[in-house]
Amino acid sequence: MKSVTEQRLLVTGNEAAAIGVKLSNVRFISAYPITPQTTIVEKLAEMVSKGELKSRYVEVESEHSAMAAVYTAALAGSRSYTATSSHGLLYMHEMLHWTAGMRVPLVTSVVNRAIGPPWNVWADQSDSMNQKDTGWLQVYCESNQETLDTIIAGYKIAENRDVMLPLMSMEDAFVLSHTSEPVTVPNQSMVDEFLPEYKPEFVVDVNNPRGYGSYATPEGPFMELKYDMVSSMERAKSVIRDTLREYSDTFGREYSGLTENYMMDDADYAFITSGTLASTAKYVVNKLRKEGKKVGLIRIKFFRPFPQEEIREALKHVNAAGVIDRSVSFSAGGSLYSDVIASIYRKLDVPVSGFVAGIGGRDVRISDFEHMFSLVQDGTEGMQWIGLKEVD
Amino acid sequence: MPLSIPATELMEPGHTACHGCGATLTMRYVLKALGKNTVMSVPASCWAVIPGELPYRTLDVPMIYTPFAATGASITGIRESLDLQGKQDYNVVGFAGDGGTADIGLQSLSGAMERGHNVFYIMYDNEGYMNTGVQRSASTPAGAYTTTTPVGPMRNYKKQPKKVVADLMIAQGVPYVATATVAYPEDLIRKLKTATEIVGPKFIQILAPCPTGWYFPPEETVEISRLAVKSKMFPLFESIKGKFKLFRPGSPVPVSEYLKKQDRFKHLNEAEIETIQKSVDERWNELVSREKTV
Repeated sequence: MKSVTEQRLLVTGNEAAAIGVKLSNVRFISAYPITPQTTIVEKLAEMVSKGELKSRYVEVESEHSAMAAVYTAALAGSRSYTATSSHGLLYMHEMLHWTAGMRVPLVTSVVNRAIGPPWNVWADQSDSMNQKDTGWLQVYCESNQETLDTIIAGYKIAENRDVMLPLMSMEDAFVLSHTSEPVTVPNQSMVDEFLPEYKPEFVVDVNNPRGYGSYATPEGPFMELKYDMVSSMERAKSVIRDTLREYSDTFGREYSGLTENYMMDDADYAFITSGTLASTAKYVVNKLRKEGKKVGLIRIKFFRPFPQEEIREALKHVNAAGVIDRSVSFSAGGSLYSDVIASIYRKLDVPVSGFVAGIGGRDVRISDFEHMFSLVQDGTEGMQWIGLKEVD
Repeated sequence: MPLSIPATELMEPGHTACHGCGATLTMRYVLKALGKNTVMSVPASCWAVIPGELPYRTLDVPMIYTPFAATGASITGIRESLDLQGKQDYNVVGFAGDGGTADIGLQSLSGAMERGHNVFYIMYDNEGYMNTGVQRSASTPAGAYTTTTPVGPMRNYKKQPKKVVADLMIAQGVPYVATATVAYPEDLIRKLKTATEIVGPKFIQILAPCPTGWYFPPEETVEISRLAVKSKMFPLFESIKGKFKLFRPGSPVPVSEYLKKQDRFKHLNEAEIETIQKSVDERWNELVSREKTV
C-alpha cells in the first residue's frame, strides 16, 4: 500500500542524493568539497546543522582523508557516507582499493566530471571509469529519482552478507547534479523497514580484539581473499536483482536490474550507453522508430558487476550495435566498449561499433546519435570520436 | 617500592620485530599506560609487519591498518563512530612511524589535530624509513647515513636538520604534546597517563632507536636512547595547554658520545661533529628560553 506521506519535490540530483543519505539513516559523513559534488555535502551539513539528520558531519582536509575516515567509522560500527568528483575521486584511489579489500559496505556518490589538464568541471565519466578495478560496485544513474533511490537500495545491496563491497553511485555533472527534476521522496518509516540498521558482523570491540587488514605473504590468504572479492562481485548480481525488485515493489518504481532495455524486444540495431546519454538515446530511438528503423537501447546501469549475461541476451537477435563511452581509455577502445566486446566474444556474431562522445561536457546532440546510428548500420569498426572539431 | 610500570601485558610474544627494536618497546609501554580499552590504528610502517601475518596478531587490542597517509583521518573515523555508539571510554590511538608522520601523513595528522578529536597520536621515531630498508625521512637527523643519503666521496649524507613534528604540533595549538624515549619508561608512561586526563588531541613523539638502521648492537637500544637525551640530541619536553616544560638530563654528555655509538654517523669528521654540537646547543638554548617565556 502506498503511503500518503510520500512527497513529490522539485530537486537537483545533488539534493536528491542528500535526501537519499538522510533517509538511509547514515550516521557518519565526511567529505571534502569539489565542484560539482559540493552541493551534496553542503545540503547534508545543513541537515545536520538543523537537526534534521542525526549524524556526525566531519570536515576533513582531503578526499584521501574523507575515505579513510568513513571506512574506519564503518568498521567501528556506523553507517557512513562520502561524496566526491573527478580529481577528488582520483585522490581517493588508494583508499578505494583499501575499503573494498577491507569489505566495508560504504555508499559513495560520484558526480562524474572530466579529469584535467586542462581544467574542466563538466560531465565526463573518465573519473569513475578509472576506478573500475577497485572492487566497488558502480551504478550510473539516469535521473534524479534514480540518484535518490540508488543510495537507499545501494546500502542494502552493499551490506548484504553475500556482497560486502562498497558501492559508488554516479550522476553526470550538471546534467543531473545541478538540474531540477520532480522526485518522489519515500517516507522514512517505509525506508526504515526496507533498510534495517547497520549491523556489521565484525565491529571494533575491545572485548573481542581483532586485526583489520594485516599483511599476507604469497602463501598466506592474499590470493584467496582477492578471489573472494571477485566471487562476491559476481554474487552481487542476484542480490542486485532481488533488492531492486523489492525496492520497486515497495516504493512503486520500475527498476529491472543491472541494465534497462528500451525497445529492445524487436530491435535490429542497439545503442549501448550509460548515464544521461541514455535519455537522449531514448529520444532518438523513438524518432528513428517513427522513421521505421527498428532500433533499441541497452542502458548499462551497473557497470560493476558487469552485466554480460543481460547484454548477451539483449543482443542475441540484433544485426549490429554501437557502444557510446563518455570517457577516455587508452585501451583497445573505450572501457564500456571493451567490456561489451569481451562479453559477447565467440558467443554472438554481432558487429559492434565504438564511440567516444560528450567528454569534457561536450553536447551529444540528436544529430550526433543519428550519425552514430548510420555508422552502426554500416558496421563501422574501431573507435570513432563523435563531435570532434577541426583544429589547426 | 611499588612498581610504577603496570604489570599488564597487552603485547604477546611472537612478534616479528628485529632484535632490540625500539618501536616494539614503545608499543609495549604505550599499551601498559593506556590499558585494554584501546583501539590501535597503524599505517604502513614497521608496525604494519611486527604484529604478525594474517590472521595472527600479537596485540590484545583491536588493530585497524591503513594506507600510509591515512593515520590522522582513520583515528577521526574511529573516534567519532565510537562516540556515536556511546563508547567514549575507548582510547583511540594512531601509531605511526616518523615517515608516516613527518612526511606522507602530515596533512592527515594536522587535520585530525586541528579538528580537536579526543585521540592519541603516537609517533614512534626511528628517524628513517626502516621497514623499507633505512631510507631518509624528514625526521632523520642531519649528518646521518641512510641508503638514500649515502656518504661516498661527495659526502652526500642527510644535510637538513631533523623536522621536529612535536614542535609543529605545539605551534598548531595541540593541547598535549610531549617527547619521550624507551630509556625512561616511567617518564613515558607518566606522560601518557597525563595525556589521558586531557580531552582532545594528544601528540607524543617517542624516540625508538633502530639497531638495524642506526647500525648498533641490539643490546644497546636502551643505552642509546638514554644517550640521545643526555647528549640533548633528543630533548624531552612536555607542553600542556601551551605550558612548556623541559626535562634536564642529570649528567649531560657531548653529542660525540651519542654519535660514536652508531655507525650511521661514523663518516663524520671532527668539524662536522662540531657543527652538530653547535646546532644541538642552539636548539637547547632555544628550548630553555621557550620554557622561560611561556
